[in-house]
Amino acid sequence: MESALTRSIMWYGGLGLLGARVLRNLALPPAYFRLVILEIETIGVRSLPVAVISAAFTGMVFALQSAVNMARFGAENYVGPVSALAILRELGPVLTAVLVGGKVASGITAELGSMKVTEQIDALRVLGVNYVKRLIVPRLLAAVVVFPLLTVLADVVGVLGGMLIMVTERGADPWGYWNTMTYWVVPRDFLTGIIKSAFFGVVVTLIGCYNGLATEGGTEGLGRATTATVVHVTMGVIVADFFLTKLLLIVFW
Amino acid sequence: MSGIIEVVGVEKGFEAGLVLKGVSFELQKGETVVVMGGSGSGKTVMLRLLAGLLSPDAGQIRVFDRNIEHLSEEELLPIRRRLGYVFQGAALFDSLSVYENVAYPLREHTRLPEAEIRQRVMHFLSLVGLNDTVLGLLPSELSGGMRKRVGIARALVGEPEVMLYDEPTAGLDPTNSKLVTELIVQMREGVCDSAIVVTHDLELARSVADRVAILIDGRFAAVGPPAEVTVSSSPAVQAFLAGEARP
Repeated sequence: MESALTRSIMWYGGLGLLGARVLRNLALPPAYFRLVILEIETIGVRSLPVAVISAAFTGMVFALQSAVNMARFGAENYVGPVSALAILRELGPVLTAVLVGGKVASGITAELGSMKVTEQIDALRVLGVNYVKRLIVPRLLAAVVVFPLLTVLADVVGVLGGMLIMVTERGADPWGYWNTMTYWVVPRDFLTGIIKSAFFGVVVTLIGCYNGLATEGGTEGLGRATTATVVHVTMGVIVADFFLTKLLLIVFW
Repeated sequence: MSGIIEVVGVEKGFEAGLVLKGVSFELQKGETVVVMGGSGSGKTVMLRLLAGLLSPDAGQIRVFDRNIEHLSEEELLPIRRRLGYVFQGAALFDSLSVYENVAYPLREHTRLPEAEIRQRVMHFLSLVGLNDTVLGLLPSELSGGMRKRVGIARALVGEPEVMLYDEPTAGLDPTNSKLVTELIVQMREGVCDSAIVVTHDLELARSVADRVAILIDGRFAAVGPPAEVTVSSSPAVQAFLAGEARP
């Protein structure tokens, strides 16, 4: 029996090797532009409700908590910039990656895993089709486009959600709130979040694809792989977020 | 050696142990070799090795004058395009219709106009005894025999030089089994004259084989024309042919 450590090493190794194969295949023909567009629709458009609703409520609850607690220090005026910084730098990209990523990656795992157990991936291979190029590269390219776009939307909705709560619940002046926020928040705060979201898109998609391709054990194995994907995506995004934040603070601060 | 497929001393093992223990054989142009053996004897593993779907632990596999055992997935693609592989369960793409399944290799590898693709799809579907009433059906709406025939049509549409059939009659009723057997005979006479057929179906072997190779305990216990193999002096071969083979 393989130990948990061996399994972990093999999983990370396999994920890294798949990443390397994807990079190598990016330059190879055919381009599959049509598939990239289809994936943008599948990953992006169908994830809009999840991204928007989660961002709106996160922005509202963050502003509410901040307002109540910052009032204790007489700093309620700064709820706008604090909420915006939290949303733009962390909550927008991370929550979008975890929620949309979990949904997208588990869907990818289920689809590829089902193709694996029914030998459809082997069928592609024997037909001389580069399955990495056909099945993984379009999803990855779509994710690199879609995750930043969804994050921009989540940022806007989250910030507006916070503002709405401050105006309706705490009686804040909307112009004052907006002015304080835009005085303290700079483009760098927004851009670092967007850079992170593109990276999260790659992590999420790669995990979904790898777990799908590594599925073994029929339909039971497929269920296990799909569940594992949700856990791996959540952990992957949270861990990657720390290192990316550290890196981006070094580069952009 | 001068075969279009040559296998020398191939070994392949999994967690449970060694499945193939030094297998050697070759396929000549225009020849049909039937590989027989009990369940779990490694027949399918051998076929997957030939298509590069698995890598051997030892030995050499030469396909179209190229050693394939160390080739990368990308390097294997042009070789695989010259092979036609029919899976035991057909392995049709379940989200595509029959028409799209058969047209798939043409769409991937050619820039043929739609009219030409349609003509070729119809031609190969008619070769396997199917007509345009099945074109729009999904694989889940087909019977086992029909799925198998669509799988054969999809493998043939790229005009391969060698066909690899994995248990083509497994799970079929006698009528469909006979139909698929006749189809393989018909294919070798016209469309693709070289084939390796993996099966445990004696009737199929007798009908299509130029040579039969019997795989027992990871090695070929007998290789030769069907008439020779059936009178082999090997007790293991006789036990297998009499249906008494040990797993």
